[in-house]
Amino acid sequence: MLSVDVTKQLGEFRLEAAFESDSRVTGLFGASGAGKSSIINMIAGLSKPDRGTIVIGGETMDDTTQKLHVPPHRRRIGYVFQDARLFPHRNVGQNLDYGRRMNRLPPDVTHLRRILDLLDIGHLQTRRPGQLSGGERQRVALGRALLSKPRLLLLDEPLGSLDQDRKAEILPYLERLRDEENIPMVHVSHDPDETRRLAGHVVMLKRGRIVAQGGPEILPL
Amino acid sequence: MFDITPEEWTAIELSLRVAVVATLVSTPIGIAVAWLLARRDFWGKALLDALIHLPLVLPPVVTGYLLLLSFGRKGPIGGFLDHYLGIVFAFRWTGAALACGVMSFPLLVRPMRLSIEAIDRRLEQAAGTLGAAPWQVFLTVTLPLALPGILAGMILGFAKALGEFGATITFVSNIPGETQTISSAIYSLIQTPEGDMPALRLVIISAVMAIAALVASEFFARRALRRVHGL
Repeated sequence: MLSVDVTKQLGEFRLEAAFESDSRVTGLFGASGAGKSSIINMIAGLSKPDRGTIVIGGETMDDTTQKLHVPPHRRRIGYVFQDARLFPHRNVGQNLDYGRRMNRLPPDVTHLRRILDLLDIGHLQTRRPGQLSGGERQRVALGRALLSKPRLLLLDEPLGSLDQDRKAEILPYLERLRDEENIPMVHVSHDPDETRRLAGHVVMLKRGRIVAQGGPEILPL
Repeated sequence: MFDITPEEWTAIELSLRVAVVATLVSTPIGIAVAWLLARRDFWGKALLDALIHLPLVLPPVVTGYLLLLSFGRKGPIGGFLDHYLGIVFAFRWTGAALACGVMSFPLLVRPMRLSIEAIDRRLEQAAGTLGAAPWQVFLTVTLPLALPGILAGMILGFAKALGEFGATITFVSNIPGETQTISSAIYSLIQTPEGDMPALRLVIISAVMAIAALVASEFFARRALRRVHGL
């Protein structure tokens, strides 16, 4: 269960959003500048709401009335950025292992094997990020986030930097992830088809406000 | 030509020791200062920046004299260190290392600061979301990505420390075996009759050392840059 009720002033732009979702994939949908990334960054703890609360799985992450703000590294969330953000000075295997080491989790070979297979990235482990294609980079970023064993996975336009063919290559992986891994996800996109394929609950944003929410049927065709 | 006398060996060995110690002690301080200047806004930041660059613009003899006033045995800092910790800088090789460290500090900090400023902070954010606490982010992302600049700063500082003359001779004088570095040995030699040949020998040696430092820095910088670009 994810519950968000926040306001934040960013210059001229005012964001006011409240929603709850129990869905496996919550889709934040809207044009660029609608406030989707601001919301996802607040869920991650990378920015603070001016007012409001954020609760993930029953645990309060932000509550401005109590001055509570859990920093990102203690939230146990996985974040896949549009631009992957793999560590350039580490190879793929080390990138994948980073979250486990930082969270001091014991090695888990079965979990590792499963994620490597799920994303088809086992053969890339000794490569360096600069030697990967855009699609491979995004799959590694997904794997890196999953291997830190998050309780919530945030996907910020994960296909945004890819061309049509690459998008078609990655989408099935995201669907498998949704169906085979038991991790709730928040998926940000401006592409109605992508949101339709993935999300169970859609939150539609426009200029900092929620204009509609419900099942995927509310999405424009 | 290349019969290096024991005195000259002593000066070479001392120069190296002074420059190595000055660089190694300055490096962690330099990284901390570079990080502060690159990443933090605080009261007095412009002042700190100016203070660091002071040795670059002051006449070295002034810096040396200021060191003598503050770190001499009777100076406020020198007196304290001598009395409570038994550390003496005046007229010791450690004083030469201090003078070299202060004089080379602006050159050491600058590349470090630039390389920290150039790091993509979004990578640090990504590390945070993966569970890394701020100090872990610093050690596993910031520091390794700044490595080319850190190495460049160390080599530049080392080269400067190796050749420092004005502040060193003012602060700790020119005592053979204790504070006489290559530079001050050359200075003494060219003041003595028949000193030309030995002086020339030391000039060649110091040139070779400086060029070796530059070649080494180029090599390490290239390697580190490849790493940072993920190749």
